[in-house]
Amino acid sequence: MRRGPPTIFVQERTYKRRRMADAARMLPILGVILFMIPLLWSDGETGPDSTRTAAVMIYLFVVWAALTGVAAVLSRRLGPEEDTPEDSATEEDAG
Amino acid sequence: MATLNVLVLVCLSYVALLFIVAFMADRAAKQGRARWLRSPVIYTLSLSIYCTAWTFYGAVGFAARSGLEFVTIYLGPSLVMIGWWWTLRKMVRVGRSQRITSIADLISSRFGKSNSLAVFVTVIAVIVLAPYIALQLQSVTLSFDTVASPDFIATKDASGQQATALWVAAGLAVFTILFGTRNVDANERHHGVVMAIAIEAVVKLIALLAVGVFVVWGLSGGVGATLDRIDASPIATWEVPGSRWVGLTLLSAAAFICLPRMFQVMVVESEHEDHLRMASWAFPAYLMAMSLFVVPIAVVGLDMLPADANPDLFVLTLPLMEGREGLAILSFLGGFSSATSMVIVAAIALSTMVSNHIVMPIWLRSTGGSAIISGDVRSVAMLARRLAIAVILFLGYLYLRLSGGGSALAAIGLISFVGAAQFLPALMGGLFWRGATRSGAMAGLGLGFVVWLYCLFLPSFGPSGILPQTVFENGLFGMSWLRPYALFGTEGMDPVMHAVLWSILLNAGSFILVSILSLPQPIERLQGAQFVNVFDHSSTPGGWSGGLAQSEDLMIMAQRIMGARDAQTLFAEEAQRQGLGGYLPEPSPDFLNRLERELSGSIGAAAAHAMISQIVGGATVSVQDLMAVADETAQIMEYSSRLEAKTDEQARTARQLREANEKLTQISVQKDAFLSQISHELRTPMTSIRSFSEILRDTDSLSGEERNKYASIIQEEATRLTRLLDDLLDLSVLENSQVVLNQQSGTLFDLLERAIAAADVTGKLRIHRKPEREKVMLNTDLDRLTQVFINLISNAGKYCESDTPELRIKAETRDGDLVVDFIDNGEGIPRNHQAVIFEKFARVGETKAGGAGLGLAICREVMGRLGGSISYVPGQAGAAFRVRVPMEAGQHVQAAQ
Amino acid sequence: MSKKVIVIEDERNIIEAISFILSRDGWDVVTHSNGHDAIDAVRLRKPDIVILDVMLPGKSGFDILQEIRGDGELGQIPVLMLTARGQEKDREMAQRAGASAYMTKPFSNAEVLDAVRHLATV
Repeated sequence: MRRGPPTIFVQERTYKRRRMADAARMLPILGVILFMIPLLWSDGETGPDSTRTAAVMIYLFVVWAALTGVAAVLSRRLGPEEDTPEDSATEEDAG
Repeated sequence: MATLNVLVLVCLSYVALLFIVAFMADRAAKQGRARWLRSPVIYTLSLSIYCTAWTFYGAVGFAARSGLEFVTIYLGPSLVMIGWWWTLRKMVRVGRSQRITSIADLISSRFGKSNSLAVFVTVIAVIVLAPYIALQLQSVTLSFDTVASPDFIATKDASGQQATALWVAAGLAVFTILFGTRNVDANERHHGVVMAIAIEAVVKLIALLAVGVFVVWGLSGGVGATLDRIDASPIATWEVPGSRWVGLTLLSAAAFICLPRMFQVMVVESEHEDHLRMASWAFPAYLMAMSLFVVPIAVVGLDMLPADANPDLFVLTLPLMEGREGLAILSFLGGFSSATSMVIVAAIALSTMVSNHIVMPIWLRSTGGSAIISGDVRSVAMLARRLAIAVILFLGYLYLRLSGGGSALAAIGLISFVGAAQFLPALMGGLFWRGATRSGAMAGLGLGFVVWLYCLFLPSFGPSGILPQTVFENGLFGMSWLRPYALFGTEGMDPVMHAVLWSILLNAGSFILVSILSLPQPIERLQGAQFVNVFDHSSTPGGWSGGLAQSEDLMIMAQRIMGARDAQTLFAEEAQRQGLGGYLPEPSPDFLNRLERELSGSIGAAAAHAMISQIVGGATVSVQDLMAVADETAQIMEYSSRLEAKTDEQARTARQLREANEKLTQISVQKDAFLSQISHELRTPMTSIRSFSEILRDTDSLSGEERNKYASIIQEEATRLTRLLDDLLDLSVLENSQVVLNQQSGTLFDLLERAIAAADVTGKLRIHRKPEREKVMLNTDLDRLTQVFINLISNAGKYCESDTPELRIKAETRDGDLVVDFIDNGEGIPRNHQAVIFEKFARVGETKAGGAGLGLAICREVMGRLGGSISYVPGQAGAAFRVRVPMEAGQHVQAAQ
Repeated sequence: MSKKVIVIEDERNIIEAISFILSRDGWDVVTHSNGHDAIDAVRLRKPDIVILDVMLPGKSGFDILQEIRGDGELGQIPVLMLTARGQEKDREMAQRAGASAYMTKPFSNAEVLDAVRHLATV
C-alpha cells in the first residue's frame, strides 16, 4: 500500500502521513489506558465473585495483540519517503 | 537424567555454534555481503536481550507468586515500543547523529560532553548491573544443578550452588570476552554478537513456546482445561495492587529505555533508524509470545509439582518431571541463551563505558596524550574491556554471594530496574528539555542513586547484611524518618514501590530544580538544542522529513531574498519536476537542499541553512552552524561596510565630478567671456591706433595741431595696450601662483607715501591721512602691497565723481591684522555692482580711458597671496575699500591654490 | 544736402577717427556715446546710416538694432555694426538682428568708408 501510484497527490500523502504520526503518538496513550482498565475491575469485594485471573489475562492479551496490530499498520504507513525504492527490509546498501 | 558432562558438552556445542554464526556474520559484514544482517528482523530479535533468564525462568516464578503482576514487566516495554514515535525515534536519531557509544556517552554529550558525568553514569551502571548479573548467574547455576542432579526438584536451600556459580561466572566471563572483545569497532558495532543474540532470541522463544505448548496441550489437556486450572489455582483471582500494577509498568518502561544493554542494542548497534518501524510492533509481539504461556506454566507447576519446588524453575522441572529430556534440554538451552545473551551485551556495553570514560582518559592522561599510536590505544582499550568484563561478572558473583542467593529472580531483577530507572530523568530531560543542565543531571542522578542504594540495594543484602538491623528499625543515625523502607514516614509501602517513588521523585525533583537554578555552559546549551531539536537539523539517512516545511512560507522567504520572479520560477520548476502543477512543490529534502543552495548564493550558506531550518522547524543550530553564521555575518558586515564606503566614495566622486563639471562649464563660459573681453580690450585701442595712423599716413592736409593730437592718441592707446598686457600677465602670474613673494619689512606710512606718489593723483585728489597711526611695521611683500594701494588710490582719482574729490585713508590694527580703509567722497558703487567689482573686466559705469577692468581683480589676487583680503565696505560716504593684511604675512601666506 | 551718419560708440578716440574719415568724405556725422537713449538719438537725428558698436554701456548694440528694426519709421535704415569681440557668433547674431553690414575692429579707414558709401546706395 506504501507503493501506490507514485508522486501524484503528494500533498494529500503528506497530510495523511502527519495524521499517521499523530496516531502513532496517541497509540501508547491508548495502550496505557487500556492496560490500566483491569484495575477498575478489582475494586470491591474479594471472594469467589471477584475478577478471574483468566479473564484479565485474556483481556490483556487481546488488547496487546490489537495494539501490536495497529502499531504494525501505522508503522507501515509511516514508512520512509520516496527515496526508498524497495521494501525497507532490504533498502540499505553496505556503507 | 543428563549428567553434568553431557550438559557441559551441550552448552559448549551451543556456544561453538554461536561462535560460528558470529564469525560468519562478522566476515560477511566485512565483505559487505551483510544486507540480511542489517534487516529490521535481526534488529527486533536483538532487542530480545530484554528477556533474560529473569523472563525465561523468573516470569513463571513471579506469576506463581503474584499472578498476573509479572506481565507488567512486559507491558511497559511494549508501550515504549508502540510509542516509538515519541522517544525511541529521537534517541536513535540523536545516537546516530552524535555518534553515541553508550548511555553514559549520551548523557555526558547532552550535558556539555562532561566526562565527570560520564564517569558517574558508568559507575552507577556497573553497580546497578551487579544484581542483574547475579540473577543470571543464579538462574544458570540453578538450571545446571536442576538438570544435572538426580533429584531434579530444586529446592530453595541451595548451599552447594556457590561453587557452580563461580564456575558459571568464570565461564560466562571467558565466553563474553571471546565474543565481545574480538575487535574494537570504530563505531562500537558488533555484527557477530548481534547475529548470535538474534539466534539466541529465537532459541529462547522456541524453547519457552515449546514448554508452553507442552504444558497447555500435553499436561492440561487444551485451552479450556488450562483456563479451568487457572480458575482453580491459588492465583485465580485478580488482586494485583494498583500501585504495583502501575508502578511496575512504568518502572519496566523506564528500565527498557535506560538499561545500558538495551541502549546498546537499540541505539548503538542500530543499523538504520527505520528498523525501529518494524520493531515497534514486532517486539511487542515477541514479548507477548514470551508472556503467553507464563501463567499456564505457573499454574500447572503449582498444581503438579511439590509445594517446595522452586517456581522459578518450573519451565525446566515440568518437562523433567514428565521425562521429556529433549524438551528439558531445549528449555535449558533457552534459559542458557537468555542468560548468556544478556551477560554478553551488558558486559560489552559496560566495558565500553568503562574503557571509554574511565580507563582511556586516565591512560591518555598518564601517557601525556602525546605519543598516541593507534595500535597502543587499541590494545589498551581491548585490555580495559576484557578486564571490565571480568570485573563486572565478578561483581555479579560477589552480589550473589553476599545476598545469599536465595531470593526470587524477579525480586533481584527489580532492584536493577529501579537502579537503571535513575537515568530516566536525565535522559528524557536531556532529550526533551533544553533547559536541563549538567548540574541538574548530576544532582538528580546523585540523589536518586543514593536513595536507591539506601532503600533497595543495600537492604537487599538482608537484615544482617551491609545495613545493620537497627537502621531498618530506627533509621539512619536513629532518625526514624530515614528508615530504608519507610522514608519520611511512608510506612506500609511495598519496598520496591517505596524505592521507586522516592528515588524517582527526588531524582526528577532535584534534576528540575537544579537545572532551573543553575546556569548551563554555552556548550551545554548548544548540545541541548541539538538533542532536543534533533529532527530539525540532522540529515541522517532514513527519510524522516522531520518537521514538514510549509512550502508557502519557504516561497515567501525565497521571494524576499531572491526576488519574486526568480523565486517563482524556481518553485514552479521544482513543482513541475515533482509532477505537480502550480507554484508550490512538496518540500522534499532534495528541494530544500536546492533551495538552500540557491539562497546561499544570496545570503551565504550558513544563513540560508539557518533560515530554512527556521521555517522547516525550530531554530536550532550546531556549533558549526553558529560559527559559520558568525563568520558569514562578519563577512557580510565587512562587505556591506566596504560597499557602504564604496557608495560613499562613489557619491563623493560623483559630487566631485559634478562640481568639476560645473567648474569646467563655468570656466568654459568664463573663458569665452574672458576671451571676448580680452579681444574687446585689445581691439578697441588697436582700432584707434590703426585708424589714426592711417589718417596720419593718408591725409596730407593735416594741421600741425591735428597731427600732434592724433599722434598723441596713438601714443595714449599704445600705452593703454601695454598696460593692459602688463595687467593680464600680472593676473596670469598671480592666478597660477607662480608669483614669488619678496618678503620685506617696512612701515605702512612709507608704503602709502610711495603709493600716493606712484598713483599720480596730486592735484586731482585730496588725501586725508593720520600718519601717527601708520607707524606700523609690516613684514610682507611690500611691492605687491604697494601695487594694491596704488590701484585703490588711482581708482579713487579716476572714478570719484565729487567736485572736490577726497580720499581718506584710515589704518588700524585689528586681531593681529592691519586694516586699511580707502574711503572717497564719491557716489560709491551701486549695490548691484558691488558683488562683481573684483571680477576681471568688471567695470562700473561708463568707461573712462585707461580702465581695463583688471585692477581690482589683481588686487584681490595679490591680497590673497599675501594672506589678507580686500573687500568693498558698503554704506560709507563714498566708495570704500578695506584692505586687511596680516602683520606677519609669513604665518598667513596661504598655500598655493 | 549731404547725407547724415550717426555713430553710436563709447570710445572717444574711435568716434573721433570715424568722424574725421566720414566728414572728409562729405558726410554729416553726429555721434552718440551710450546705449540707454541711443534709439532716441536715432529718432531725433533721422540719419541715413547708423554705425553701431556692439559693446555699449547701458545697452547692447544688438538690442538697439532690434529697437531700430522694430520701429516702423526707422525700420529701413541701413545699420553698420562694429564689434571688437571678433567672434563668429557675433556676426551671426548681427545678421539675424538685421544688420546691413558688419565690421570687426580694428578696421581700416577705407573699409569703413566703402561700407558706408555702399550702404548709402542701397
